[in-house]
Order: sequence, then structure tokens, then C-alpha cells
Amino acid sequence: MLWTNIFAGFGGQGVLLIGQLLAYAGMYEDKNVSWLPSYGPEMRGGTANCSVVVSDEPVASPVINMADCVIAMNRPSLDKFEANVLPGGKLFINSSIIDKKATRTDIEVYYVPCNEIADKLGNPKVANMAMLGAYLEATKAVKNESVLDALLYKLGEKKAHLIPLNREAIELGAESIRN
Amino acid sequence: MAKKLMKGCEAVAEAAIQAGCHYFFGYPITPQNDIPEYMSARLPKVGGCFLQAESEVAAINMVYGAAASGARVMTSSSSPGISLKQEGISYLAGAELPCVVVNMVRGGPGLGSIQPSQGDYFQATRGGGHGDYHPIVLAPSSVQEAVDLMQDAFDLADVYRTPVMILADGIIGQMMEPVEFHEKTSTRELPKKDWAATGWNPESGRPRAIVNSLYIEVEELQEMNDRLQARYKVIRENEARAELYNTENAEIILCAYGTVARICKSAIALCEKQGVKVGLFRPITVWPFPEKELAGAMAQDSVKKAITVEISSGQMLEDVKLTVNGKKPVEFFGKPGSYTPTAEEIAEFIMKSREA
Repeated sequence: MLWTNIFAGFGGQGVLLIGQLLAYAGMYEDKNVSWLPSYGPEMRGGTANCSVVVSDEPVASPVINMADCVIAMNRPSLDKFEANVLPGGKLFINSSIIDKKATRTDIEVYYVPCNEIADKLGNPKVANMAMLGAYLEATKAVKNESVLDALLYKLGEKKAHLIPLNREAIELGAESIRN
Repeated sequence: MAKKLMKGCEAVAEAAIQAGCHYFFGYPITPQNDIPEYMSARLPKVGGCFLQAESEVAAINMVYGAAASGARVMTSSSSPGISLKQEGISYLAGAELPCVVVNMVRGGPGLGSIQPSQGDYFQATRGGGHGDYHPIVLAPSSVQEAVDLMQDAFDLADVYRTPVMILADGIIGQMMEPVEFHEKTSTRELPKKDWAATGWNPESGRPRAIVNSLYIEVEELQEMNDRLQARYKVIRENEARAELYNTENAEIILCAYGTVARICKSAIALCEKQGVKVGLFRPITVWPFPEKELAGAMAQDSVKKAITVEISSGQMLEDVKLTVNGKKPVEFFGKPGSYTPTAEEIAEFIMKSREA
């Protein structure tokens, strides 16, 4: 099992966080993982991305050029990374704010209405979790429960009450790509 | 102990503290700021001292002072900051003081970029400052290895009374990977620091400890240099370390260190899919350079050539060429500055190189 992933979006959408949650979850399941953020001269409101590897074998390169999965939370990310999906790989598009369709035909494309799901749950901050839910549904890279364990670790016990909301977001994200 | 997901810089800092380093002097620069940040939070809690100096030059001289008093001490910086510290590192080498210096290398020359680079290889392995000296230079390629090498770094520094450098890059510093902190497993016998200046009085029963790198008399300077060179000979014989990956019966041997070696492993997998067997020689110590390991891998009949891959214009390439010594071709792939090659690009270079 080897999943190479690029999570991309604009600053504040939580792409670095969902990438980290995937890495934590993989580690909890005794898999080998790496999480590498882009750390260029980024600015507020600019684009952010991270490369995440989850693997049964030791992680070779943590630097990912061609990925099994690309998660695009905004339009610039789709424009930048669509070409970086491996043939036969998966592309996840936040269809709430990206009106463009994918142009590749040799990959699987999932349209996830992340912001609509978040609005339905009454908290715009969980749009990223809806996307992560869709990713987990399509790849089964790690278990949803491991991701929620990771989230609890990141939030701390004081914010544990936010777990059910995030669980729902993950579930609705998963549901959105089921036929 | 359970695994923790940690950023390379933070893991390095924690590993240093666990290795008994309670003194840190530094000055901020990207991409290693997480090291001083972590130290500033943790060191006061273990009874240590974190100090942000007014400059890199001040910081390395504070390291000199702490080392002269026998403490385990470190500093960290990134390329331009390391250049500023070179005078001090030379003094530490001349005064035969142990310390650890971490360099999270970024693009150069000049202020360069904040992205990863391997352009400081010459500076690190050839001494860096003035005079005839070498620090021991360790080049981790994962966060876990960086942690494991920190313990070694402090031990090596104490055993050989020399500065030790951790030569990593921005990726190692900024990446998160699972790490385990092992109980101290050092098997080395650490010498007593009876040379340290720890306070003298007439009842001490020993001569005053004087720590100095100034030897005005030609003969005395010669003696000090001979002592250093004798030590370097022992280090060369005993401390060179390398990883050989997939090298048995390989057709081509890639030579790379640090993060680039990891990317090479992915490139090796890509070549394997096309039926080409490629191995990797990865020095863990870049000074001393693990000549025996490379020479052994290259001596196999199956091996046609070596290809060195670096984020530089070809610096380790020279050590590879010196080791291969003209017996087989040595090619180079890489770019200076901060361009990190992709696995696909390396694989493509290998496949094209076979046709040539």
C-alpha cells in the first residue's frame, strides 16, 4: 500500500491540517508516513500545499511530483496540480468554489461540494473535513476513526466537543461521492 | 516509547536536549527557526540556558565559551548564518573544543533562497573556516535519522574534541515524520574533560586550564596541527558510515546524501519498473567520506558507472570521483541553487544515460 498525495488550497482552508491529520492517522495505524509543507515566501491569502505519503514500506521520497491523489480546494490549485496526478490516479475538486471541470480523462475525478456541506452543518470551517471524508471514502488509505483520533489530539480535550461535527463533515463528504 | 509525529527541526532540538545538551546560542534564520523556538521553550525547563545572541558571530563565540567550560553545547543556523559562524568554528577546532553545529542548508550564494539546497557541501566537508581542520559532518536523510545522529554527534564531539556538524537541508527541517526517542544507547567511552576551564584554586591539585587556539611558536603550532591530523586519521579509519541500498548486482550506482538520497530511492523504483537495476550509495558521514563502501559497490562487475545527484553544481561529485579514481565513469545530475530534482527527472536521466 502506497498513497502519495498533494493537498492544495489557499491559506486558511485547512489543507495543511487535513494533510497532517492523514499523516497522524497513518502513524497511528503503524504505517510509514511523511508530511512536507511548501514553505516558500507564502503570504496570507496565498496558496498553500503539502505532500503527504502513507505507505506500508519506508517512505522513499517525501518530495512528491507525480501523486496518486491531488486534492484541490481552490481554482489556482486545480490549475497548478491537475497535471501532477499519476495516470489512473484520483483528483478531488472542491466543486463549491471551483466552477471548472477537470480536463484529464485518464484519471478518476471526484467533485465534492465542500463548502455546501460545511454550510449545511452550520460551520464553514469544516469544509476541509468534508474533502478529507471524500478522500478517505475513495482511497480507504486510513480509517475514519484514526483521523478523528488525530483530530482529537490536535484539538485537545477542551475542544473535544467539536469531534461530532467533524465526524459528520467526514461522513457527508464521503456520501457526496457515493453513487 | 510511542512514536511522535514531529517536524525535523523540533525533533533535532529535542534529541539534543535528550543527549544532554543544555546550552543553546543562536540567531534566527529560515528554515531552521523551529530549532531555537523549541529550545527557548524547553531549555529553561531542564535547567539549561537558551540565549538569542545579537548576531551569529556572537552566538558561536558563546558556544566557544560554554564548550571551554566543559558543557555540551550547540548552535544552529542556515547557510548565510553558518558562513558568519565559520571564524568561530575554526577557533573551536583550533582550541580542540567539542560542540555541535546544525546547518539546515538553504539556497545560495549570498542570501540565496529559503528553499532546500546542498550548496554548502564544500564548506562543511573542507573545514569552512581558515586553517587545516575538519569538523565531522553527519548528513541525515530522515527525521528519525536526524534524531539518532544527534546523540552520536555529541558523543563524537566529546571523544575527538572537535566540532561536529549536522548537514541537513530545509526539507529535513520542515518535514514531519514519525520519530521515536530511544533511551541513550551510547556505547562509547567518553573521556573526562580534564582540560575544561571550570574554576581553579590553589587546592585544585591540577594546573590551570587554559583554552586557547593561539600558538605563537612554530613548533607548538606544528604540535597542535599534528595532534589534529592524527585524530583525523583515526576518525577516517573508524567513523565513516554509509547506507548501501539495492547495490548488489546493480548496473548503475547513484550517489546522493540527505533528502536527495530519498528521492533517488523513488527514482530507483521507477527504473526497476523498466527493468533496470539501479543502486544507491548514501554517505551518512560526508566527512569522513565513506570511501571503502563506495569503492566496494563500484568494484562489482555489474556496475557500469556512477551518477551523483545533488542540489548543487556538483560538490560531492568530487569526492565520488576521487574515490572511483577513474576506474569507471562518474556522471552528474543536479542544479545549483534550490532546485530539488524530482524522482521522474532522475529516472529519465538514468535511462538516457544508459543509451549514451
